[in-house]
Amino acid sequence: MYKILKKEELNEQITLFEVHAPYVARKVKAGQFIILRVSELGERVPLTVADYDREKGSVTIIFQKIGKSTMELGALNEGDEILDFVGPLGVATHLEGVKKAAVIGGGLGTAIAYPSAKALFNNGAEVDLIAGFRNKDLIILEDELEKVCNNLYITTDDGSNGRKGFVTDMLKELIEKGNEYDLVIAIGPLMMMKFVCALTKEYGIKTIVSMNPVMIDGTGMCGGCRVTVGGETKFACVDGPDFDGHLVDFDGAIRRQAMFKAQEKKACDDCRMRGAK
Amino acid sequence: MANMSLEKVKMPEQAPDIRNKNFKEVALGYTEEMAVEEAQRCLNCKNKPCVNGCPVNVQIPDFISLIKEGDFQGAYDKISETSALPAICGRVCPQENQCEKYCVRGIKGESVGIGRLERFAADWAMKNSTKKPEKPESNGIKVAVVGAGPASLTCAGDLAKLGYEVTVFEAFHKAGGVLVYGIPEFRLPKKEIVQTEIDKLKALGVKIELNVVIGKSINIDELMNEEGFSAVFIGSGAGLPKFMNMPGENLNGVYSANEFLTRINLMNAYRWPEADTPITIGKNVAIVGGGNVAMDAARCAKRLGADNVYIVYRRSEEEMPARLEEVHHAKEEGIIFKMLTNPVEVVGNDEGWVTGLKCVEMELGEPDESGRRRPKVKENSETVLPMDTVVIAIGQSPNPLIKNTTEGLETQSWGGIITDEATGATSIPGVYAGGDAVTGAATVILAMGAGKAAAKAIDEYIKNKQ
Repeated sequence: MYKILKKEELNEQITLFEVHAPYVARKVKAGQFIILRVSELGERVPLTVADYDREKGSVTIIFQKIGKSTMELGALNEGDEILDFVGPLGVATHLEGVKKAAVIGGGLGTAIAYPSAKALFNNGAEVDLIAGFRNKDLIILEDELEKVCNNLYITTDDGSNGRKGFVTDMLKELIEKGNEYDLVIAIGPLMMMKFVCALTKEYGIKTIVSMNPVMIDGTGMCGGCRVTVGGETKFACVDGPDFDGHLVDFDGAIRRQAMFKAQEKKACDDCRMRGAK
Repeated sequence: MANMSLEKVKMPEQAPDIRNKNFKEVALGYTEEMAVEEAQRCLNCKNKPCVNGCPVNVQIPDFISLIKEGDFQGAYDKISETSALPAICGRVCPQENQCEKYCVRGIKGESVGIGRLERFAADWAMKNSTKKPEKPESNGIKVAVVGAGPASLTCAGDLAKLGYEVTVFEAFHKAGGVLVYGIPEFRLPKKEIVQTEIDKLKALGVKIELNVVIGKSINIDELMNEEGFSAVFIGSGAGLPKFMNMPGENLNGVYSANEFLTRINLMNAYRWPEADTPITIGKNVAIVGGGNVAMDAARCAKRLGADNVYIVYRRSEEEMPARLEEVHHAKEEGIIFKMLTNPVEVVGNDEGWVTGLKCVEMELGEPDESGRRRPKVKENSETVLPMDTVVIAIGQSPNPLIKNTTEGLETQSWGGIITDEATGATSIPGVYAGGDAVTGAATVILAMGAGKAAAKAIDEYIKNKQ
């Protein structure tokens, strides 16, 4: 069992847990993920690691209460234990030799972009961090993000924080201003990553995206996490989750994401109904 | 006086049209009377050809004699001398290719139902025995076992009996390997059978650490040099699914057999929505492949409510690698066999869902290196079979994770770990391997045999070092 050392509600949907998981904490690097399970008949839920403390043996995960499993997870409290917690899984993000990077997070993706920005910044790279949210109430991790970049740009779809627009608009503006990035890291909804990649392709800037498809085991066994990259089938769990964004078939990934939509909706509705009782 | 009936005492089974709607065990097991009657068919041959056919050399005529005498506990104890998992072997061993193949009674009529008797003895003991396995005195020497499938569990059990401090590291949240993620409940009940066997190992002092991925959470070098393990056994199985590499394979509704079976078995998707992990099943389901895994997937699909379930196989039924019993059970349950049919493309709609499987007809040519006749494509034979779900069950290969993270571990080009056949010794001193990780996908009993041999070799290796 894996004890929740700290719980923090970052906004009404997004929760942060610091979890005692010594095996994961000892080895994990930016870009890798864990799989957890809340209950005996629960799903295996993959979550990219947001932070870690090797000495404390703890791992930080940040998740959105979006389906039955994440709602059950979010119902746990400090001091409670998570049933299963395995990792680190996947390949760490390749950050060596990067001098100037734009790191982009969309919504919850910001939490996953954070460790990459942190690793780059601590390695001496110049980091522009762009984080996009729907509105100002949904902004997360602002203080933490400030500390791991040279410039932080937070955009909101509705402009409620003062900077209206999408992350792609901000990135385009920065590139047009003459910023020369040797790497863009984009992590967020598939649609956002797709549009970031379309933009960076125009400018010929290498772009890494982090894929988060449906998966079961996370060790290459089920093949449920198939992603088409450069015309080849890859397993996000062992070949990724990072891929060259210019080669990813986003439309295929978006279609695959909908595979269990009907079941997810039913589970979610049942869960809400039970919650309402 | 021996029972000279040419046929085995019939195994009570759930009726086909009832069982293909539930996940309860198909074969119900012998009663005491049936077991004694079947045991009396054994001639107790002096040269015991059956024993040589068993990868772990269960003393077959001896345990059958004890059943004849009504000493069921004695029969179970006799099997347990050599087999760590009798209730499992009695259910899933391909006895027709092993012990029963050499049975003298099989020359004229059916061989003795050795597997059925083994299962009977094990089930009897599980229900009636009050004997508890005792934890042997520890010798304080630590051995690590990677994976918790049949090879690993056997190795762990044998080492624990010799006094070693054994820790099994399992990547999943549940121990059992293919016994829990692959073989369906209706062939091997998880809670009653698999978990009971695992609990017995724990009683022997075997520690099982779940949620540890060797090669990710910790690697073999660290186990030996930092964590104080004197030897390591790798029994990580063959978990990497093969795909056909045909167009449309990434459409929604296409599963690898591994994903399909893992969802259903390990994650209990057949109990959705009570269990959280879902599975999608359409009206028409194609299972591509002809092995035991394909049969398991087909029978699961039928139980999940598919109207038509097809086994699509490119050779003829004669060449199918699945056990006869599995094929027979599948047919009884209404699975449709489309032989000499090879898929070339999965066809889908605009939303990315499977709508059909484009296949070509095959005919058999000359035998290939496996001795099976090589299938050739019949010209102009392309057709699209309407399908909603497609499961690819054409085999699995070893997971490269351990190979990639263990310096100096030699492997075959296809990923199998290279070992000394008799001992399981790998290219690294103190590191042993066995089961599907070495052979590629094979049987539970062969994996157990390898685990057993490695346990003996590990014991000798450690004693020689002292």
